[in-house]
Amino acid sequence: MHPAFSVIFLTTLIGTGQGLFLALYTAQVYSTVALLPAQPGSFYAVGSAIALALLIAGLIASFFHLGHPERAWRSAARWRTSWLSREVIVLPALMGAVAAYGLVHYYGWGLSLIGINTPVEGDLALVIGAGGVALAFLLFLCTGMIYACIKFLQEWATWLTVVNYTLFGLASGFLLATAYAAWRAPALMYFYGAWTIVATLAVLVTRVVSLIRNRRLKHKSTIQTAIGVRHARIVQKSQGFMGGSFNTRDFFHGVAPRLFRSIKWIFLVLVFPVPLALLSAGMIQNSPLLIAVAFVVQYLGLLAERWFFFAQANHPQNLYYQTIS
Amino acid sequence: MTQLALVIDLNVCVGCHACVTSCKEWNTSGAAGYMSDDRPYGEDPTGNFFNRVQTFEVGEFPNTETVHFPKSCLHCEDPPCVPVCPTGASYKRAEDGIVLVDYDKCIGCKYCAWACPYGVREIDEHQKVMKKCTLCVDRIYDTTLPEAERKPACVMACPTSARLFGDVHDPNSAVSVAISENGGYALMPEWGTKPANHYLPRRKMRIKIHPDELVRADNPLKKEGVQPKPDFREPSLDDVTSW
Repeated sequence: MHPAFSVIFLTTLIGTGQGLFLALYTAQVYSTVALLPAQPGSFYAVGSAIALALLIAGLIASFFHLGHPERAWRSAARWRTSWLSREVIVLPALMGAVAAYGLVHYYGWGLSLIGINTPVEGDLALVIGAGGVALAFLLFLCTGMIYACIKFLQEWATWLTVVNYTLFGLASGFLLATAYAAWRAPALMYFYGAWTIVATLAVLVTRVVSLIRNRRLKHKSTIQTAIGVRHARIVQKSQGFMGGSFNTRDFFHGVAPRLFRSIKWIFLVLVFPVPLALLSAGMIQNSPLLIAVAFVVQYLGLLAERWFFFAQANHPQNLYYQTIS
Repeated sequence: MTQLALVIDLNVCVGCHACVTSCKEWNTSGAAGYMSDDRPYGEDPTGNFFNRVQTFEVGEFPNTETVHFPKSCLHCEDPPCVPVCPTGASYKRAEDGIVLVDYDKCIGCKYCAWACPYGVREIDEHQKVMKKCTLCVDRIYDTTLPEAERKPACVMACPTSARLFGDVHDPNSAVSVAISENGGYALMPEWGTKPANHYLPRRKMRIKIHPDELVRADNPLKKEGVQPKPDFREPSLDDVTSW
């Protein structure tokens, strides 16, 4: 497939935003049961604002993918059948939940507002955040299933796609949370840092498994099934036109095989060892800057990862467009 | 249930592209607006086509065969492009099974094109909506046309009648008979899309000659030539005398 940068930015930005929100909520839950020191409401409010900004940036990026962005509201219509439609509903819902979560923390509102008194600090935020957590995981599911549900794009049609989207989002979101905590709440830095390492190593395993799976993949469609002629040697002599068309542009990445392969190694280096080394160094030296650099490096790596994810998918329609004439 | 479809006879198609040009001519002049056609005489022409004729070579020289292969939307009975559409712009008509795009609802997200294994959906670079073969829905129901012309433009144009049009759910229709009697098949059956359009394979006409058929049993001396001419007063019998 031809990787569209709008979709690359959409999936990486909202993934990071979802991961950051999940990190914030995790810390609040831990501090509620006194496993972590409590943080002021402003810590969660600013964190939620960053997560919301990432989600909005992703949404804006997605509009560049549309031919008619002014009709985008229509895309909520077919949620019964379309994972894309489901994502279109869940993304704004998550934005609302993240915004509400941040506001509740900012103003220090509790359930006492509606007459329910609990001994728990930040009870209203815990309730809203729980909904937000459900929406964040639902959004990972929707985003992953958009690609995993197309069964003839065999590189994508696996549960690993959903798992990878989820774990990449968690890894980058928790890494951003580590940098943020190092800056605003140093007591949480090691907590976030440890979970970043766990998520990053987990996604290293699942992504490598999916790379191995895709390398061993045998495509079901062949030139024989494409035109329905049974012969071992079939060669296309003409695709029917001399110029380019949507079919020749949108289903192939169009880069040289060497560059294609090198991008795999670039993302494997930028997403996993380099950020982990920078993160460890940053935590040892207590340096928010180093951890922020680790996040930026990993985000650049994620852009390469997403590019490779799209480029690697081999669409069966390409069987019909192999020879100009 | 009606399922309109095309049946394309690869045994007859000569690869003349008349269906391609007549398709573009008809559909670029339709009520839905023109089809993109950029730099048609320039260095890098591009544009929309609902139908293409491709050419494949089967076998190795000298035992090769050229297969001309027209490809347009197959109007699948279980179209994978329809459920993925987030807006409902892509739909399959219940009454005749034609898969259509509502150009006023399409947001141009291209997801349906990803979800079509056959590559028959194309974004219009100017109108920014997804376009595809409509089976000339604006022709086949047009009562102002003579009944014989209520067919898709590609079918009308085909000089060798390689394209048949009809209801593949009616077992007595010409297309159903052609499919069942000539081994009609669907493309990429592995994805379960159940294409309504079918293709008829190349067919070989062969006669089988047994060795004894090469020898005339009524000529035991194996002498070829004019039979001896008997007297004309003798009785005449076929194979015995040759007046």
